[in-house]
Amino acid sequence: MKKTFKMENLDCANCAAKMETAIKKIDGVNDCSISFMTQKISIDAEDDKFDEVLTAAQKAVTKVDRGTLIKK
Amino acid sequence: MAAARPRLSEGRDRIMTRKQKKDIIRISAAGVLFACGYVWSDTSLRLPLFIAAYIIAGYDTIYEAVMGIIHVQFLDENFLMTIASIGAIYCGEYPEAVAVMLFYKVGEFFEHYAVNSSRKSIADLMDIKAEYATKLVDVSDESGSSSQVTVEMTVEPEELVPGDLILIKPGEKVPVDGIIRTGSSSLDTAALTGESMPQDVIVGDEVTSGTINLTGALHVEVTKPFEDSTVAKVLDLVENASSRKAPVEAFITKFARYYTPIVVCLALLLAVIPPLAGFGHFTDWLYRAMIFLVISCPCALVISVPLSLFAGIGSASREGILVKGSNYLEALASVETFAFDKTGTLTHGRFTVSKVVPAAGIEASKLIEIATAAESLSNHPIAKSIVAYGKDYLASAGSVGTPENYEEISGKGISCIYKGNNVYCGNDKLIRDLDLSVPEESEIGSLVHVAIKLSNDEYRYLGHIVVADTPRENSAETISALKALGIENTIMLTGDKREVAEAVGNSLGLSKVYSELLPGDKVDAIEAAMTGRSTTPSYTSTANAGASATSGITANAGVSTASGKKSRGHLAFVGDGINDAPVLARADVGIAMGAFGSDAAIEAADVVIMADDISKLVTVTKIARKTLRICKENVVFALAVKFAIMALGAVGLASMWAAVFADVGVAVIAILNALRAMRIR
Repeated sequence: MKKTFKMENLDCANCAAKMETAIKKIDGVNDCSISFMTQKISIDAEDDKFDEVLTAAQKAVTKVDRGTLIKK
Repeated sequence: MAAARPRLSEGRDRIMTRKQKKDIIRISAAGVLFACGYVWSDTSLRLPLFIAAYIIAGYDTIYEAVMGIIHVQFLDENFLMTIASIGAIYCGEYPEAVAVMLFYKVGEFFEHYAVNSSRKSIADLMDIKAEYATKLVDVSDESGSSSQVTVEMTVEPEELVPGDLILIKPGEKVPVDGIIRTGSSSLDTAALTGESMPQDVIVGDEVTSGTINLTGALHVEVTKPFEDSTVAKVLDLVENASSRKAPVEAFITKFARYYTPIVVCLALLLAVIPPLAGFGHFTDWLYRAMIFLVISCPCALVISVPLSLFAGIGSASREGILVKGSNYLEALASVETFAFDKTGTLTHGRFTVSKVVPAAGIEASKLIEIATAAESLSNHPIAKSIVAYGKDYLASAGSVGTPENYEEISGKGISCIYKGNNVYCGNDKLIRDLDLSVPEESEIGSLVHVAIKLSNDEYRYLGHIVVADTPRENSAETISALKALGIENTIMLTGDKREVAEAVGNSLGLSKVYSELLPGDKVDAIEAAMTGRSTTPSYTSTANAGASATSGITANAGVSTASGKKSRGHLAFVGDGINDAPVLARADVGIAMGAFGSDAAIEAADVVIMADDISKLVTVTKIARKTLRICKENVVFALAVKFAIMALGAVGLASMWAAVFADVGVAVIAILNALRAMRIR
């Protein structure tokens, strides 16, 4: 399942790249792409794990930049 | 109506956020204090001024750095800048320490500003969504009588469902796709197609969302809900374009991942090893190491590449060309082969009479009258083109009668009785059956011969009409413009007969023609062209063996097969996007042309040219190339400056100021350069 979310306060392009790398490593994630220009994140993850993945993704995002939020 | 604005610009209406305004105040205050520190540099005020400037400019950076350490995120920019400035303070270089913090903040501010304003201008470009819709609702009259009155209700476009009736007044945007029930008008499609010519519409015509109603009020029946309407699809496509990343983008983020740690390691080594080895003072080397730290931020690079690509995609959108991903823009920049579908792409896709050749002693008008009458009952596209032409031609000369005993002769033509004569109208085979000779005809197209019966076994040949699918006016021009851009391989794919295909290929200046292809053969032909580019391109129809040895011929033999050189350029296929989806998918870049109003084409292609205008291919190729050139300029420029200053810094020839320039200055220049991609025409 692939879902796209808006991101808030994504201020630096390099951070976006770091977040993307970190999220790709989360268990259950098939693919992830963060568009810095449109402030959007799309996560492709296994259906039954999607909620956990999303929580873990937010954690990974916070770790890179505390102000950045994935808007559900 | 804030909620109904295009999603792209949601919440970003103000270029300056409150945070940015605050940043300006901070930067100015710190700048003034910093300048004062310089002016009074020999007084005791110097140090307090610098400290104040440092704190004002850098308090949040330091705070974030500390938080970064707590979260085990080293090598984050805040951390690096904090360490660099503390190092400078340790070395006693107070102005430099303040400069690092102050200009870091300036660079950050500028980045945000540039990114936000480009987001906003691209959002404005795609401002095609109607903010509201006027729904017409029938309600019972309040007076209790059974008559109904229609009231206008303002609703969000998302609330409309198929079957609803809406009112679109002049000047308003069409909110969803629908069909006109009452009224006529002209529509401005420029925002979607880049075409400035308005489209005239009448009752029964479809209206496409995102266009602007110019002249008359329209009552439109909704045919698609908002999310399935063109406007939603186009917006969705543009918004998601940047999530398909170009290789250059992937390269740069990967590069950044290694760049920072390596530079930081070098800085560490520089600070520790030379002093231990007994070369000079520790503070000297520490100062040099701090130069490395300031340069270690890759942000200029990482930001400028996606920004350029995004701006390039925005430029293309303004021209009515939707590029579905940065990757396609990059591929397009290195396209070396353009393959075209013939019918509907290089040609108009409809038959027209191109020549009328009466036999000796026969008047042209007579020939046209008989042909028009004979063909008037046929549904064949060629027949229709003759009828349309004939009616137009004979408009002043009186009407055309109806034929009797109309009969179709399968695969040959028709026969009928018109004004007492037995008329035969059809192809070469029909004429030969009548024992008449077929005249030579140099004009390319399908020939329709006309003959009448004189007596039992005697027929008279009246002449023929040439019907052809004529090339678009600007096809040849486009091909030569592409050649001028260095695209040598231009291929035409068609199911047409060899002679027709070759003639069209020659007249347009194409370098190669694949003819007599069955629909499935086109994919094979594309594959042959794609693999052929690394071997000798000598495609002899294996795909279409059954047809004849005539398929897969070379039109301009000298140009095409001569080049056996290796190249890694991409292949772009251009079609109408309706019945060539597999070919579009197989090509490196699938381009659908004239996709306005066709969802299937928008879905199938990688690049969508909304207008039915082949010259847009040149536009989009230019945009792609220029965008990629800007990306490369930025990468080379940023790296060159950074490496140069690191090299100079390591041997003690560059100051911290140079490092600040290498970081912030380069970022600003790279961003300004990236924004140029927004103005490509």
